[in-house]
Amino acid sequence: MSDFSLKTMMNKPERLAPGHRMCAGCGATIAVRAVLRALREEDHAVIGNATGCLEVSSFMYPYTSWEDSYIHNAFENAGATLSGVETAYKVLKKRGTIPAEDTFKFITFGGDGGTYDIGFQSLSGAMERGHDMVYVCYDNGAYMNTGIQRSSATPMYADTTTTPVGKESAGKMQNRKDLASIIADHDVPYVAQTTLTQNFKDLHKKAEKSIYTEGAAFLNIMAPCPRGWRYETAEIMDICKLAVETCYWPLFEVDHGKWLLSYEPKKKLPIEEFLRKQGRFKHLFKPGNEDLLQEFQEEVDRRWEDLLFKCSRER
Amino acid sequence: MRTDVRKINEKTPHHQLTEGLMIFAGGTSKSFNTGEWRTNTPIYHPEKCKQCLLCTPVCPDSSIPVRDGKRLDFDMDHCKGCGICANVCPFDAIEMKEGNV
Amino acid sequence: MAIKERMSGNEAVSYAIRQINPDVMPAFPITPSTEIPQMVSTYIANGEMDTEFIPVESEHSSMSATIGAEAAGARSLTATSSAGLALMWEELLLAASNRLPLVMALVNRTLSGPININCDHSDGMGARDTGWIQIYAENNQEAYDNFIQAYPIAEDERVHLPVMICQDGFITSHAVENMELLEDEKVREFVGEYEPEEYLLNPGKPIAVGPYSVSNYAMEAKKNQEIALENSKEVILEVAEKFKEMAGREYGLFEEYRTEDAEYLMLIMGSAAGTAKDAVDHLRDAGKKVGVVKLRVFRPFPARELAEALKECKAVAIMDRCESYNGNGGPLGSEVTSALFRNKVMIETVNYIYGLAGRDFTVGDACGIFSDLEEMMVNGKEIEQYQYIRLRK
Repeated sequence: MSDFSLKTMMNKPERLAPGHRMCAGCGATIAVRAVLRALREEDHAVIGNATGCLEVSSFMYPYTSWEDSYIHNAFENAGATLSGVETAYKVLKKRGTIPAEDTFKFITFGGDGGTYDIGFQSLSGAMERGHDMVYVCYDNGAYMNTGIQRSSATPMYADTTTTPVGKESAGKMQNRKDLASIIADHDVPYVAQTTLTQNFKDLHKKAEKSIYTEGAAFLNIMAPCPRGWRYETAEIMDICKLAVETCYWPLFEVDHGKWLLSYEPKKKLPIEEFLRKQGRFKHLFKPGNEDLLQEFQEEVDRRWEDLLFKCSRER
Repeated sequence: MRTDVRKINEKTPHHQLTEGLMIFAGGTSKSFNTGEWRTNTPIYHPEKCKQCLLCTPVCPDSSIPVRDGKRLDFDMDHCKGCGICANVCPFDAIEMKEGNV
Repeated sequence: MAIKERMSGNEAVSYAIRQINPDVMPAFPITPSTEIPQMVSTYIANGEMDTEFIPVESEHSSMSATIGAEAAGARSLTATSSAGLALMWEELLLAASNRLPLVMALVNRTLSGPININCDHSDGMGARDTGWIQIYAENNQEAYDNFIQAYPIAEDERVHLPVMICQDGFITSHAVENMELLEDEKVREFVGEYEPEEYLLNPGKPIAVGPYSVSNYAMEAKKNQEIALENSKEVILEVAEKFKEMAGREYGLFEEYRTEDAEYLMLIMGSAAGTAKDAVDHLRDAGKKVGVVKLRVFRPFPARELAEALKECKAVAIMDRCESYNGNGGPLGSEVTSALFRNKVMIETVNYIYGLAGRDFTVGDACGIFSDLEEMMVNGKEIEQYQYIRLRK
């Protein structure tokens, strides 16, 4: 893997063109740009995409933002679709249709709706079959494209349009599904969880590893949505930092079955720091809801301890 | 045949659209202006800029061009004015102004 | 020299797939089409072909992966039946709207519920408006011959649409019949190499597939797709002509059997056409002027051509191996009567629903239907315009 230098990375030609219709301040396209920068300049790519904000905004006829070949098929089948493309590559290489000197890499993007939920089976199948591809989930924790409905990636107590906060409701009742662990349990060569960090080194290294490790790989990137999380667009990097420093969104990788913690905060911040900046958790700070905050904290602690345990095991 | 996106618009007759609405080209969205969306505008102060490039990866709209390892002024045809770049700049080299300047 | 062989319909289609040796085949097992992916996998395992087989986890993924592979530039196909086809529904529409010339072997089986594994056409008919070309076979020979003609039709630049090659579950797919096979080289030469102009894996020439489209483009795109389906009619006939030159067997949009002076006709699709022909032979021996029109190409629907073929008869029995739950008859019943009306052919029609979920349809049943038509026309007998055959009452 290459040494990381922000200057070298940013000097590479941009593979996601501007002119797409994502909202101002969208976290998804920041994540996409970072993943695409991990491609070697000389390599071609085919990008897959589940239906979602990214898809309807980045390929609105006749405008495509993708400099590489791109295929959107439907909402629930980005994994299967790209597995077909990757298999086509294998056979066209074998039969000499694609020149030996041309290398293609395969990356598909889906939101948490297309990945955790409706596209889960398709993703699981593609991972289990071991296609040489990367599935990247840009996780913004709800169905943002249809207007902020809960998903299985939505954190507990979030106010969404299908788990609205009200007299009888404190928001979403369930904890979020830990998809990175589930995909790691498919025993694929590489799984990682990351988000947007100051110099993007963590995301870059993980994207590079996932693309250039042979076999199926899965990348879970927390990509905040200013509209759905209700924060000022400019604050995205602070939010991501707090998600990591509170251990709400730990950075880790599972490399050929070995769990590795990428970052451990010197002093774990209380979860309120992360929640307070977001309008979707506003109700948790009303007097009388201290127990809900406490419960949220306990869940974060439990998952963090579990992760530390997994990462401490000798393999 | 490669697609010339300039020849496709909302008045194009059906037989002149591409088959299956595929686009035989990459990056055609560059010709779509999203700069009109701005309600706030970043102003670049090169004299304060140390070229740390921290602002460049955080742009959701690929609107801070980098050439020879240095950032240039904003691509105002596409910048949507979200202000993330200004927030991450350690040197106050980006200032947000209200309105679409 | 033609090769004489005994094969089931599934074997025949698998044999054709081996001969064509396409690039990619994703598939998921479902009765009665399961044998096709099994046989193809066996050919691959034995080194008799080198298609890449993807053992997907559902039919939804088999069609999704077939779409991905075809868009990537690989000649691709899948096989399915019944609920498998239903699970693919959204993807069927996308294969057609993305103008991908992929092929599917459909082994017709009833749709649930109740769950039942036997033949009727409710699966294929359920997909009749998804933009696919649909070609139905009467027997093993036709299933084989139709499959060999599928790619030349789909890949023709006037068409670029997916093709469904249909055969009747168990009746055709599992029954062994005598048939003639073609030599491998002849098939390969007939089908040719797949050389798409634009595809995902074309180095340095990126494409983008599957856009979001605002209303200003979507309606035009749908019209273009409809034009391609209309164009396919002449391409199907051209390919059939070339096939006849190579194999000596003749195909059209439909087959007319002893129809020249016929007063009563039966319009039917699939394996039951053989039963109907047998009935016609018996009745002709008894001096009755009866015949069969066997529909081969259901999509595009040959409305004008059918109206022309039916216009001289006194009455036609329109046979649907499918209930369409419109309260007014089966899908063929609706489409044929609409074709007759629009072409100003005002003959009597009766729409019969037969053979649902594997219910028998016999020569005696067909003779009874011809006799009904005659009774209606000659003696003025009242005949229900939409009725079930062999329903216990």
